[in-house]
Amino acid sequence: MVENRPLLTVFCHVVLIIGILVVAFPLYVTFVASTRTLDEILTVPMPLLPGAHFWENYSTALSTGTTRGVTTGPVGRMMLNSLIVALAIAFGKIAISIIASFAIVFFRFPLRNFFFWMIFITLMLPVEVRIIPTFKVVADLGLINSYVGLTLPLIASATATFLFRQFFLTVPDELAEAARIDGAGPMRFFWDVILPLSKTSIAALFVIQFIYGWNQYLWPLLITTDESMATAVIGIKRQINTGDALTEWHLVMATAMLALLPPALVVVLMQRWFVRGLVETEK
Amino acid sequence: MEKRVVFRSAWLPYALVAPQIAVTIVFFFWPAVQAGWYSFQLQDAFGERTQFVGLANFAALFNDPNYLHSFKVTALFSVLVAGSGIAISLLLAAMADRVIRGALAYRTLLIWPYAVAPAVAGVLWLFLFAPSIGIVTFALRAVGIQWDWVLQGDQAMALVVIAATWKQISYNFLFFLAGLQSIPKSLIEAAAIDGAGPGRRFWTIVFPLLSPTAFFLLVVNVVYAFFETFGVIDATTQGGPAGATQILVYKVYYDGVKAADLGGSSAQSVILMGIVIALTVVQFRYVERKVQY
Repeated sequence: MVENRPLLTVFCHVVLIIGILVVAFPLYVTFVASTRTLDEILTVPMPLLPGAHFWENYSTALSTGTTRGVTTGPVGRMMLNSLIVALAIAFGKIAISIIASFAIVFFRFPLRNFFFWMIFITLMLPVEVRIIPTFKVVADLGLINSYVGLTLPLIASATATFLFRQFFLTVPDELAEAARIDGAGPMRFFWDVILPLSKTSIAALFVIQFIYGWNQYLWPLLITTDESMATAVIGIKRQINTGDALTEWHLVMATAMLALLPPALVVVLMQRWFVRGLVETEK
Repeated sequence: MEKRVVFRSAWLPYALVAPQIAVTIVFFFWPAVQAGWYSFQLQDAFGERTQFVGLANFAALFNDPNYLHSFKVTALFSVLVAGSGIAISLLLAAMADRVIRGALAYRTLLIWPYAVAPAVAGVLWLFLFAPSIGIVTFALRAVGIQWDWVLQGDQAMALVVIAATWKQISYNFLFFLAGLQSIPKSLIEAAAIDGAGPGRRFWTIVFPLLSPTAFFLLVVNVVYAFFETFGVIDATTQGGPAGATQILVYKVYYDGVKAADLGGSSAQSVILMGIVIALTVVQFRYVERKVQY
């Protein structure tokens, strides 16, 4: 603090509190709606205090899902799918990126730079711009409605490869020299030296990639036609009917809370790694 | 940068890069090449015969008023999302940088929307702004604004801009806060001793020093608005009404998946790839400049 200006400090707090309230408002209304009956929500204006149907709505959503209009299956199943997809994408990305950047940094071999650029260029090919051909490839491989089809096409990661490469370049040469003198081969060096040193980078990347995987939308939308393979995020979309009156909003809102809770908890509880991962993956 | 000490093996490095390269080729390069190939072809309605038509798909796109309209919609959408997102988060970050008490609590309460999927963010705001039951709709009616984004194009645009910006504020906020905290306190103190008040200090010292961060965020936010907001659009307006919120990415999806126009959709993909490449080049040229600072 440069100087003491109590009025300015109060002003700062007021602006921040207003900001937080505005940011939290949609979440609060969603929570309130998820504890009310459909009739209570449909009265205009809807009540703005939590109701008494918390357990009822959440257990209905988890075990059976919506039944009026479109049936979408239980949300519990969707959450499980989301969890599997998010974990597979996060671990898959970290695993294949860490070994690829290990090879690129610690080995000299023909085509090394070519491979590095190949990985780099994937940054310029987001799934949104090549949806139909990618869908065809996955369909030809028979991977529609499978966990492999949901995750494998998304696990190539230029950002993770970059992050590990940057980190490996800062590892002192003496460590590799010492390992070689002691007779350790490259894989031994990888397991016993590089992997333990990379723990913080791995944790940071895990947070970012878990959220990325959990929040996938377009790809699961295309690749899952079977409702038992749907993830939570696309499940919500399928629960909403056109026309406000047909939609079972109390269950949709409970599903929305359930779908946003796991990644939000990861961000809040692993805040230190999250901030680090976010800032570092963008370097 | 090169390492001095390296390991030698004839096969190991290839085995280590193989998984990443295989996924890259099968799911990135091969589909991208196919998109390029389809973009020169015309397919009949049943997908049985295809015909090589050269640049006809591209010519058709640029003569299609809907496509040109989609360009305008995308430009407006990304300017609004990037502009309002950056302005709001800069304000919040500047305030959060000043306070000492409760700084961590404020940060925690502002970063969680990052974790919300774009489609879920769309649903939350859709519910608030629903034409018949929305609580915000009710409040707007009370002050005399007739709110019905299902019919009004500019209101639909406002809805998707709000939902998309809301989700992105936490990201911008964290980068601005990191940027603010890296500004040397001695600069601020020197200006304070010379008699510059907080406002003057912000505009003459802090803001210029933050401009690299702001520029970086501008590029990232434009990329976000172009590509990652697909979920927001699909969960709320689905491009409507009458194409008022049909951004380019949504049109690729709609034409390719719903309308099954393979050639036209692929030609749009190729154009979008050009835009991504341009944005990536801008981002990386800028990042190199930041390193020299």
